Amino acid sequence: MPEKQRGRYAALAIAAVVIVVGIPLWWKTTETYRAWLPFSEISELDSLQLQLSVDIEVVFSRGTLTPEQQKKFPLSHVNEKEHQVDAKTGLRYKYETRYRTATIMEEDALNQPTAAEADLSLHMLSESSCGSVVVYVIPESSTLLPEVRFRAFVYFYILKSLLKLIMLIPAVYFQDVKVYVGQRRTALLRSPPFKTSWNLKEVLSNLDVEVEQVVSTMSFGHQDIVAALSNRVRMTKVTKESMADSMRAIKSSPGYEITFSLLNPDPKSHSLHWDIEGAVQSYIQPLLNKLAPIANFSVDSQILYYAVLGVNPRFDNSVSAYTLSADSLSHVINPVEARLGSNAASSNPVLNFLLYVPDAHHSPLFIRDHSKREVPSNAFHSPRWGGIMVYNVNEMYGPEAERPVDININMAKVMGVFLAQLRLMLGVQHTHPPTGFVLQSPGSAGLADWELDRLLWSRSVENIATASTTITSLAQLLDQIGNIVINDNIAQQVSSAVTSLQSAVAELEAGNLAFALQYSREAILASERAFFDPSLLHLLYFPDDQKFAIYIPLFLPMCVPIVLSLLKIVSEAKKRRADKQAKSD
Amino acid sequence: MAAHRCGLSLVFILIFSSLACHSSCDSLENANEDTEEKQSVSDTPREVNSDGSIAAEDLNERRGRSTDAELDRRDGTRTSEALTPAAAARDEFQEELVIRPLHSGDIYASFQFRTLWDTDFLQEGQKVSHYRLFPKSLGQVLSKFSVRELHISFTQGFWRTMQWGQPFIPSPPGAELWVWFHDTVSDVDGNWKELTNVLSGIFCASLNFIDLTNTVQPSASFKPLGLGNATDHRFLRYATLPREIVCTENLTPWKKLLPCGSKAGLAVLLKSEKLFHSSFHSQAVHIRPVCQDEQCTSKAWELRQTLNVVFDLYTAGQGKKEWSLFKMFSRTLTEACPLATSSKVYVDITDNPEGELFELSPATPLLSQAVVLGDRRTYSVFDLTRAETFGQLRSLNLLLRWKGDGGEMLRPLLHAERYVAGFGLQTGEIHTVIYNNHPYRAFPVLLMDSVPWYLQLYIHTLTVTSKSRDNKPSYIHYQPAKDRHRPHLLEMLIQLPPHSMTEVTVQFERALLKWTEYTPDPNHGFYVGSSVVSALVPSMVAMNTNFTQDQPLFSSFVPVKEESSYFVRVYTEPLLVNLPTPDFSMPYNVICLTCTVVAVGYGSFYNLLTRTFQVDEPSLPLAKRLANLIRRIRGVPLLT
Repeated sequence: MPEKQRGRYAALAIAAVVIVVGIPLWWKTTETYRAWLPFSEISELDSLQLQLSVDIEVVFSRGTLTPEQQKKFPLSHVNEKEHQVDAKTGLRYKYETRYRTATIMEEDALNQPTAAEADLSLHMLSESSCGSVVVYVIPESSTLLPEVRFRAFVYFYILKSLLKLIMLIPAVYFQDVKVYVGQRRTALLRSPPFKTSWNLKEVLSNLDVEVEQVVSTMSFGHQDIVAALSNRVRMTKVTKESMADSMRAIKSSPGYEITFSLLNPDPKSHSLHWDIEGAVQSYIQPLLNKLAPIANFSVDSQILYYAVLGVNPRFDNSVSAYTLSADSLSHVINPVEARLGSNAASSNPVLNFLLYVPDAHHSPLFIRDHSKREVPSNAFHSPRWGGIMVYNVNEMYGPEAERPVDININMAKVMGVFLAQLRLMLGVQHTHPPTGFVLQSPGSAGLADWELDRLLWSRSVENIATASTTITSLAQLLDQIGNIVINDNIAQQVSSAVTSLQSAVAELEAGNLAFALQYSREAILASERAFFDPSLLHLLYFPDDQKFAIYIPLFLPMCVPIVLSLLKIVSEAKKRRADKQAKSD
Repeated sequence: MAAHRCGLSLVFILIFSSLACHSSCDSLENANEDTEEKQSVSDTPREVNSDGSIAAEDLNERRGRSTDAELDRRDGTRTSEALTPAAAARDEFQEELVIRPLHSGDIYASFQFRTLWDTDFLQEGQKVSHYRLFPKSLGQVLSKFSVRELHISFTQGFWRTMQWGQPFIPSPPGAELWVWFHDTVSDVDGNWKELTNVLSGIFCASLNFIDLTNTVQPSASFKPLGLGNATDHRFLRYATLPREIVCTENLTPWKKLLPCGSKAGLAVLLKSEKLFHSSFHSQAVHIRPVCQDEQCTSKAWELRQTLNVVFDLYTAGQGKKEWSLFKMFSRTLTEACPLATSSKVYVDITDNPEGELFELSPATPLLSQAVVLGDRRTYSVFDLTRAETFGQLRSLNLLLRWKGDGGEMLRPLLHAERYVAGFGLQTGEIHTVIYNNHPYRAFPVLLMDSVPWYLQLYIHTLTVTSKSRDNKPSYIHYQPAKDRHRPHLLEMLIQLPPHSMTEVTVQFERALLKWTEYTPDPNHGFYVGSSVVSALVPSMVAMNTNFTQDQPLFSSFVPVKEESSYFVRVYTEPLLVNLPTPDFSMPYNVICLTCTVVAVGYGSFYNLLTRTFQVDEPSLPLAKRLANLIRRIRGVPLLT
């Protein structure tokens, strides 16, 4: 029997060697390299709790409060609101309001004759930080905003179904003005009638509603923030309007290319000249300079000849002009787009602004909206793509002018429309201000400071939402497909994205808007780089079935004897135990 | 040996300093050419008083000629003229078609479109981003990658020099790209890689297959054709893709670069179904800086788009020696591109002064003479900007009817061909044969060969023989290949004796590739790009170096430096070399075989180790067992 015993031991030893040495060796040599990823932190990011903190300063000027009430100043008060957007995303707004009385200098500034001048001199006194709001409460009898002496142009954007037609209607307000919102981060609020008998608490609570309105105009509204989260959250209860706003605005990106194209389908009849360089300098560049913290912009222009629209405009006898109906506008863009050419030098999203000068046989050409009225600007835009303006030149043909006619394009008219469209595309939203609000027009910069802040808030939140979704889905993907090689550089990008995301969230919480945006941009860049890294796309690994087809000629003949002899040993051992038991019984 | 090398390098320096000098001179002459052209168009005599007034004079002149950019200023929308120099940047566009009836009965049509833009992409601190006639996509590429000069060509078919003579702008079969980068570029290889990727997107070509393994930096063969005398070949990159197939998807983006597209002007003739039904098709884009005025105070960018096509007598012409625009392109001309300052069709009638060889209708009184490629040629000119060109039918359909036999063609002075010799799949020999057909003049040529690394050249077997005598090259630049990293580069300056044939041979060994490095059809063979022969060929007639007269575009591409010679570049055939190809199912077979061997060895080993041996009682033979059976029945004692 010792011989049989020896055979059994040999079989067991071989099985042991295969299991202890062979399998680990095979496992080790065929392993793919997978760098360590911060999975736990990523899964924390999966459920995002954002806190947005706004500093509000409410300054009472002389004559609004009784000395009694002023005694308790300065005073601060924190107000928090919580919204649960969905199971994994929560929002908390923290309004930190400080109340104080105006300094002597500020009183002087507030004594300026008009609100605009007061706004400017208040700005000179102290520069408020990005994202904060200062509200000056002025006495009811103040001459600063008795009735509107200055003309405030308020732009209305009338939205029509998918293709939005813009109409710029200068409207003049003549109603009682409660709040004046300046070009910077200050607002003037006419104090509601306080009873002198009230204590300070009552006064403040009476004021709260108005301050809140001011803040939601100048800082951010809940709808905008939810719309900015659209990458994470399935939209259900968002209003149609803010949905349209967020769909129109181009997605957040580290850079944008803005291309102006002049389409001249008929160079035989007219030769067009546009001073695009000067126009960009004077109209577009100030806005872009202001927007520099959000993204890098590059502007270029081109002239395309023989570029035609995709639809044939219909001739309308009643006005003896050609018309494009709103329904056909969606067919205009595609054929033109083939001529525009993609930007060869960068991969940033492109915003196209086309100036179309109709050919001599099809002019004048007017765009009509859904209610068959002519659109005054003769322009339309396509969400996230750009805008098209039709520029009629037929009245510039002289009676017997020699063809081609030289025509200079009035760039002020063109750029007004393009600038409005650009603001829409960039997401500088115009909420309808509550009644009694007057918004100062943004002036030469094209963008008021508080409008920039609104944009910064929503862009930061959008960036954080996008980056966190990118990172979590990347982590999910890498977790699911075990064959993908994770190189060190990807791991590094992922970790830097995660740390930037964490810092962005922390900065938002601390109320440092500028830093929050910067970190969120870094996060988005790093996460996109990791997600689109070519090494993750390599199909250099075998699917498992093919791998085992190759292994079978080796594995099968090796494993069958081992398994069989192990089975045999086990069955023998069982049999022996049974024998022993029978014997002992 | 050292002394010898020293002497060689001395010769080389002498030669190339003269070449470099040419190129610096040429920039000036080039400038002359440009401005003279302008001047001749405008016909306004002008004087240049001092350096300072040149620009103003120039501006005035231009204002008189056409009304483009300055109207903006006159309009008053912009008050300051000095604010942006780019606002004053002007551009102009010219188009041209040359038709040359070939002696073989085929017909050669060469289109050239030139856009000239007075701006400087590489000027510090000023970003050029507003485009008019110049295509935006190319402009962006130029400024992003700091490109100084860019030449790209796509060719289908091989130019038969012996039958057709020299082409106006030569190009090798497949795709060719050579780029001079600006000398401020620090990472040339990185820029080159990105540039090829971008260009491959713009032209829908597989230029993205250009990588370090097929890129070379020729030291002497490719000098800048435009302004500037860059000699540091670190900023030059040259690559060819001989396998590239050119088709309509390459033509469409090329046409899109034209200001008028294919809607007006000569470009309406560019119909792909006809252009690709030809024996030779080549389209190219050349971008280079040129002088804006004759003083060369500022640079202008020139974009030349050329398209050369040879229609075959038998396939396209149905064997009849009768050509018309309609027959060639299935279109006729009706108008010039309204943006073009000049739009002309030239027909070569040099061999046909009296109309004895062929008949050309409609007849045109306009004749033009130009010295092209060392020969004085006469052309009938059809100016499309004039209404009378189109006649009453309002369309121009040139008709060319041959009367008799084509006659003999003058043999081109320089000609080269190449083939691979040898047998088997191990070694081979590349033969390059260069012909000098000049009866009495010897001249030097530069031969450049770029051979992929998988043909391992034995440079010690390099022989150059002319008239069965050893011909020692006066300059050899050889850069050996590195496996999977860079190709061989061989450049030689060879003196060709008059009326001779010079043969350059070099032996090579074929490398075994890794199995993933083979192309999908490895048995087709591997292409080796054309050799390039560049030479200054002695001219029969005095070349035109002073550009006082209005010159057609086709004669002004390569700058001419001296009267007695002209520059020619000749491309040889690409080679198709078979490499040893393995059986591609081999890896799996090998795996299976090894596994089986291992399994068998392992099986017997296992058997040996685990089998238990027992002493077995010998069994009785069959007969005895049978006997025992019977005995048991009978009850007799058994046998043992």
